[in-house]
Amino acid sequence: MARENNFKAKMIDYILNENLKLTLLSIILGLLSGAVILAIAGFNPLEAYQLMIIGMLGSPRGIAWTIVQSTPLILTGLSVAFAFKTGLFNIGVEGQFIIGALAATLAGYFLDLPAILHIPTVLLVGMTAAGLWAAFAGYLKAKFGVHEVIATIMLNWIALYLNNYLLEFDSFRRPSSESSHRIKETASIAITWLRDIVGPAVRVNWGIVIALVIAIIVHYILFKTTLGFQLRAVGYNRDASEYGGINVNRNIIISMAISGMLGGGAGALHVMGVSRQVSVLAAMEGFGFNGIAVSLIGNNSPIGVALSAILFGGISYGGRNMQNIGVPSEIISIVIGSIIFYIASYKLLQFVLKKFNRKNDKGGKQYVK
Amino acid sequence: MLSNIALIISITLMYATPLIYAALGGVISEKSGIVNIGLEGMMTIGAFAGAATGALTGNPWLAFIVAGLAGGLFGLLHAVASVTFHANQVVSGIAINFLAPGLALFISRRIFNGATMTPLIPLENKMPLPLNSIFQLLHLRLPKSVSPLFARNSVIDLIFNQYATVYIALALVGILWFLIYKTKLGLRIRAVGEHPKAADTLGVNVYKIRYLCVILSGALAGLGGASLSLAIVSTFRATLVSGQGFIALAAVIFGKWKPQGALAACLLFGLATGLRIFLGGTGLNVSQNLLSMLPYIITLIVLVGFVGKVVAPAAVGLPYEKGDN
Repeated sequence: MARENNFKAKMIDYILNENLKLTLLSIILGLLSGAVILAIAGFNPLEAYQLMIIGMLGSPRGIAWTIVQSTPLILTGLSVAFAFKTGLFNIGVEGQFIIGALAATLAGYFLDLPAILHIPTVLLVGMTAAGLWAAFAGYLKAKFGVHEVIATIMLNWIALYLNNYLLEFDSFRRPSSESSHRIKETASIAITWLRDIVGPAVRVNWGIVIALVIAIIVHYILFKTTLGFQLRAVGYNRDASEYGGINVNRNIIISMAISGMLGGGAGALHVMGVSRQVSVLAAMEGFGFNGIAVSLIGNNSPIGVALSAILFGGISYGGRNMQNIGVPSEIISIVIGSIIFYIASYKLLQFVLKKFNRKNDKGGKQYVK
Repeated sequence: MLSNIALIISITLMYATPLIYAALGGVISEKSGIVNIGLEGMMTIGAFAGAATGALTGNPWLAFIVAGLAGGLFGLLHAVASVTFHANQVVSGIAINFLAPGLALFISRRIFNGATMTPLIPLENKMPLPLNSIFQLLHLRLPKSVSPLFARNSVIDLIFNQYATVYIALALVGILWFLIYKTKLGLRIRAVGEHPKAADTLGVNVYKIRYLCVILSGALAGLGGASLSLAIVSTFRATLVSGQGFIALAAVIFGKWKPQGALAACLLFGLATGLRIFLGGTGLNVSQNLLSMLPYIITLIVLVGFVGKVVAPAAVGLPYEKGDN
């Protein structure tokens, strides 16, 4: 009996934790929740969602923007996911993004190199700077036991003010502006010929390709190398890993460094492809925090993250189209928040799924992981 | 010199207050075993609900209560997810951090003709300074020799003539300390946070206690938000809370999950902010941006120096299932 229960439980677990099903259901429920709120606020949800979809897929311009918007999110999402996989909560991607963008802008403006060298240099400088920045938080955790959540929250703000501080210097700040000088053309990854097609305002760039390549590399590191195995082992069970001879402290620092490099890469690509500069920041821009959402919706796997970043980028851009009928664009945050809420409450989803396919009609205790 | 110190203390109290509310919220929730990373969102919805109610009704106390209710509502949502549905508490908290600010701005645009900023609350409808009239009276009535002591911006005035929200926050620290460490309910809360199964065996309703604590946590964070939007400034805008919920979260851990510890952490943070503003005002030739880093750097340094592994409640972050092995 117990064994049968165990088997049944395993089956339920298998079916319900089938990531895709769970995620899709969450997305549908999230959109439904958004629709309810739209309806309460006096809008026609169907009309609003139709506008959103038209906004993101209805024109080459919309598709291009969706891709441009999702590029940094792929990397910030990967950054969060990488840390999650190794048992760390990197809430500091926001700051790592800022540092990456800042370092990339410095390298893009001050260095004089041919494009073939300049582009990889700028990307690497951005990634390295942010990697070191994040590794510092890892070091504080490994050496002094400072919780990475606190350390990275503090580092986020320090990064923001460091960005603003460097923009005080005349050699870096563009005269009579709130921004830095623009990076040189040789550091740009813009696709200029495509801009003629989709419109000059859309900043199409090669970033998406670079981001996807990085996603594949991350997947490879995590699942096909000894380092990745060690990192995941530490994330899964710290004490057992230590007992098994893995240097836990070293892995914490490495994991934070790689996670930071990904966040910094997002910042660097954003500068090289879209903004071409950094500006004085009054508040966090949200690339890092949105990365947390992307990572969660993508179930922390590299491929899932890439897909969810595109979804996130798409509805954030397409959602603005809803303003045409007066819908506040904040409905997007509500939908995203709801999706994450449903993803979190997997037991609720179990319940919903059960209602749908009444196969498991037996009462009694439910299996919980 | 003395007045400078008074000024710094005054700014410290002002900036620490919203953090104290939210950090107390974090403490009560985590004591019962539920991580509340949604403090930021709960503060935001509280700040909005408070400012909107204040602007519409003109009654600061009603606004303050509504803010607590709004925060509590999101606390309830967090509790439903993390207690009943065994959600990953961090993930559920992050959901709240998207939902609550999103909803605040959505409603703001809907009510206030597309504006993400609520109408300014006139001075007389802001959170009152309860001792202000006493101070004025003392200043007018007392003999000339002592009356300057109570003048506007005198040392005593700067330190003790604060918004009502400041006194409430300080009182709440004591109340929460008493609740957690000196009452039967507090013992149950701690038991549920340390070893839910043992508590359950002894007849403590784990779910009920956790629900209570998480809802209270949201309400406190909501009040913290309102102490921003009803006292420190008199409006809500999108960037008002910007990260203070996370600072409060840091204060919880920093304060070792104790109300008095959280208070100390919030005061430290407030002091660092006070120093920044004071130094910025002295005409010292230091970049404002560098000074702005000060609170965060000081916090980091203190964290490193103060080593000692922080001890979280043993069951924090773990969903509890009745009959689970």
